[in-house]
Amino acid sequence: MSSETVEKVAQKPGGKFKQALIGFLTAHMVTIMFVLLSLLALYLSGMNATLYLNDIISRVSRNSFLVLALIIPVVAGMGLNFAIVLGAMAAQAVIIFVTHWGVGGFAGILLSMALVTPLGIFLGYLTGKLLNRTKGQEMITGLILGFFAAGIYWFIFLQLVGGFIPMDNEVLVLSSGVGIRTTVDLSGGLRYGLDDVWRLSLPVVMLLFGAIFASIQGFSYLKSERQGESKSRFYYGIVIALAAAAGGIFLIGSGSLINNITVPAGTWIAIGLLCLFINFFTRTKMGQDMRSVGQDRHVAAVSGIPVDKIRIIAIIMSTVLAGWGHIIFLQNMGAFSTYGSYEQIGFYAIAAILIGGATVTKATIGQALLGVFLFHTLFIVAPAAGRETFGDAQIGEYFRVFVAYGVIGLTLAMHAWKVRLQSQQKLGR
Amino acid sequence: MPEQQYLLQMQDVGKSYYGTVVLQDIQLALKPGEIHAVVGENGAGKSTLMNILFGMPVIHATGGYLGKVLIEGNQVDITSPQQAMEAGIGMVHQEFMLLPNYSITENIKLNREILKDNLFSRIFGPKMKSLDFKTMNKDARKALDTLDMDIEEYVKVAGLPVGHMQFTEIAREIDKANLKVMVFDEPTAVLAESEASNLLRAMQKIAGQGIAILFITHRLDEVMEVADTITVLRDGRLVATKPKKETNIVEMAELMVGRKIETITRRKDQLKEGQVVAAIKNLTVRMPGEYVKTLDLEVFKGEILGIGGLAGQGKIGVANGIMGLYPTKGSVEINGKPLQLNNPRESMKRKIAFLSEDRRGVGLLLDSSIELNIVVTAIENQNRFIRRLGPFTQIDNSAIREHALKMIKELDIRCTGPNQLVRRLSGGNQQKVCIARALTLNPEILLVSEPTRGIDVGAKRLVLETLVKLNEETGITIIMTSSELAELRSVCDRIAIVTDGTVAGILKPDDSDADYGLMMAGQKRRKGA
Repeated sequence: MSSETVEKVAQKPGGKFKQALIGFLTAHMVTIMFVLLSLLALYLSGMNATLYLNDIISRVSRNSFLVLALIIPVVAGMGLNFAIVLGAMAAQAVIIFVTHWGVGGFAGILLSMALVTPLGIFLGYLTGKLLNRTKGQEMITGLILGFFAAGIYWFIFLQLVGGFIPMDNEVLVLSSGVGIRTTVDLSGGLRYGLDDVWRLSLPVVMLLFGAIFASIQGFSYLKSERQGESKSRFYYGIVIALAAAAGGIFLIGSGSLINNITVPAGTWIAIGLLCLFINFFTRTKMGQDMRSVGQDRHVAAVSGIPVDKIRIIAIIMSTVLAGWGHIIFLQNMGAFSTYGSYEQIGFYAIAAILIGGATVTKATIGQALLGVFLFHTLFIVAPAAGRETFGDAQIGEYFRVFVAYGVIGLTLAMHAWKVRLQSQQKLGR
Repeated sequence: MPEQQYLLQMQDVGKSYYGTVVLQDIQLALKPGEIHAVVGENGAGKSTLMNILFGMPVIHATGGYLGKVLIEGNQVDITSPQQAMEAGIGMVHQEFMLLPNYSITENIKLNREILKDNLFSRIFGPKMKSLDFKTMNKDARKALDTLDMDIEEYVKVAGLPVGHMQFTEIAREIDKANLKVMVFDEPTAVLAESEASNLLRAMQKIAGQGIAILFITHRLDEVMEVADTITVLRDGRLVATKPKKETNIVEMAELMVGRKIETITRRKDQLKEGQVVAAIKNLTVRMPGEYVKTLDLEVFKGEILGIGGLAGQGKIGVANGIMGLYPTKGSVEINGKPLQLNNPRESMKRKIAFLSEDRRGVGLLLDSSIELNIVVTAIENQNRFIRRLGPFTQIDNSAIREHALKMIKELDIRCTGPNQLVRRLSGGNQQKVCIARALTLNPEILLVSEPTRGIDVGAKRLVLETLVKLNEETGITIIMTSSELAELRSVCDRIAIVTDGTVAGILKPDDSDADYGLMMAGQKRRKGA
């Protein structure tokens, strides 16, 4: 009898640990799978660190803003906003005109952002109105809306521009005089308009980031108001920040090639500001209303929150942010395909945030950034890994496309499955 | 009496939906600190009355209401829940209006968050103000303390016991500074007994602060415990308003139902200890929350056997196990031949039919017609009501219609016709549809779980009478599981009490209350008697 109880006590902590581990693994399945895949591909590709870092920095700074634009609709319970494609189209439309007017550099970026804002608000409002009529099917509606809007976009830029909307520009307009060319080149114009505002070498950025992040974490640790919240994450934050700073100092001293990698600090500041804004916003009255609506529309409505209005505001914010994000994306790319660039934006951004561990009902800044990092890591290393292993870069290419779409499908299916399990458990009670 | 003395008055209030009058000439008056109970069966108009008071959209989308609502003597026109709250009316809903991922504080302060200015709010307006958690927590603490709740205010609501959730809702209402009238809509329906008595105590405490309470319920014992005044509604009309002192529980029940309540008379002369129709041995059923552990039970042909016991002890699991709906072990013999377990189709083939306790979830196709609901199991399992055309099968509509009409007539299902959707029926009539479907299978054994759950008093009786009539006329064996002991005792020949997953003993309906009480508490008794 007594030996049995002793055994039970001895077994318990181990069992608990195992359970916690299994719980962690299932909760972060997609992210963990991606980390493993990326590591494997990185190993197979035999890529050197400088090359990889250079590429990933440029890609992360290019894409992060767009992915962060997805967070607010998730908070408001509207799922992943496939309709950010509309924001991207608005951005492209604005960029075409800004390029036509010949406004370049940082001024051009500011002008584009200023112009895309009212357009984004208008499109976001219409999208929000539509999504309010299709509650519960926001994602599929948003997806189809993207395709539908593409038709209008094509009509405007293939048929109206040069004809109904006069545009006399040999570079932009097709030789027939009607319609925009399939590729718009931004070099000499908006290209690097934001990136080049302020470039810093990577180790310096690490040092600065480490110092700033550590002080932010320290500050919020002291100011933490919500009781019952675990404070350990502050410690982790401070440790990571200090490690980054130390690494920066080491690299500057070492004279390694990594010192040649530059970081577009202007873009990163924009991303940082957006993160701060999202963080701040979720703690405002409006943010709290969105979280309430996101959890339960009915309860929110009964407590007097104007549910439909809140949802429209969420989509407007997302659309405008997506517009800005696409401008940042394109100024880094330097050229875009007039009739295609916006299309992948939605899918890739959504794949990225899902890889970071977000779900249809929960998305955080950390998940968005981690997701962008992992997604692009695979994008960079997969072709090289394919070339090294199979002698054909195309195989890696196929693989990453397969993975990107596969992740979206898998995550949505897993989420639906989880919801069903939960509702079954409710019935069983 | 001067009108100012009343906090809330409703005068000549009436309401009709598309010409159907559901509420007529209701008068109600509440003084400060009074607990006023409104009792009535389902469909008596209680909910409509509360929807009017709370300004629910359903009222105003269908043309508003008649009569006047006065608060502190002033007429008010409440057209939205927001206005009701501003007028000082608080409501504790039947279903929880809580957000599970929020802390108790956040739920208490839902859409009434305390805000403070920041840089952005000065530019972009009050919607960008930040939340002041410190003050919010303080307020929440105060409200919880009023209710003697010692739970931390920053705990998330998800995973809290039901009782705590309810108290969180109440705390939200009493946190409202201008609260004058508080409505409790069937608050004890979801609570365990000890939680319910806590709630009643809390109500008295709130009333002691000068807040008037409107207590909607159909649990008469609770009404007698806390109410000062009782209003009875029946069929949308006010039947009586009486001070508690001048009435008693029997009179209330009579007024509510409008017909005398009596136990269903049954010939209790012959206890059939004859042929064993089902022998259950070592039955173990893994049903979550209703575990059955090595249960033995013999069922005699033609009897009504009751299975009673406290919630969570396993009584519900027995029928679900026999039907193969949850993983089951052990042996069940039907008419001497073993039944293959874990196979619902096999159970049905052996002429066992089942009325699930989860009528709306498992039992019915809510958005299908009555006739389809009646025949669907027979179509699926016995290939009846279909025509064969070579390799194809077609539903035989005329046969179905004929059968459905017969069933509707026999069981007295109140409906507009066999095409009506089952969702539109009342609980009692839905249960009759379930019975009709079970009978369509021509079963020898009918398993009935919680047949009267969620059905109002009058319809309960009809359902029970139907079961007794069936038993007497067709000789069908009925195994009825129910949480309501009184119900079992009114119709059953024998009652098996299930405690901790096994049969604690079998009692006769006329055994004393003490016997039942002891056995449900786990005191074993020898079988038979």
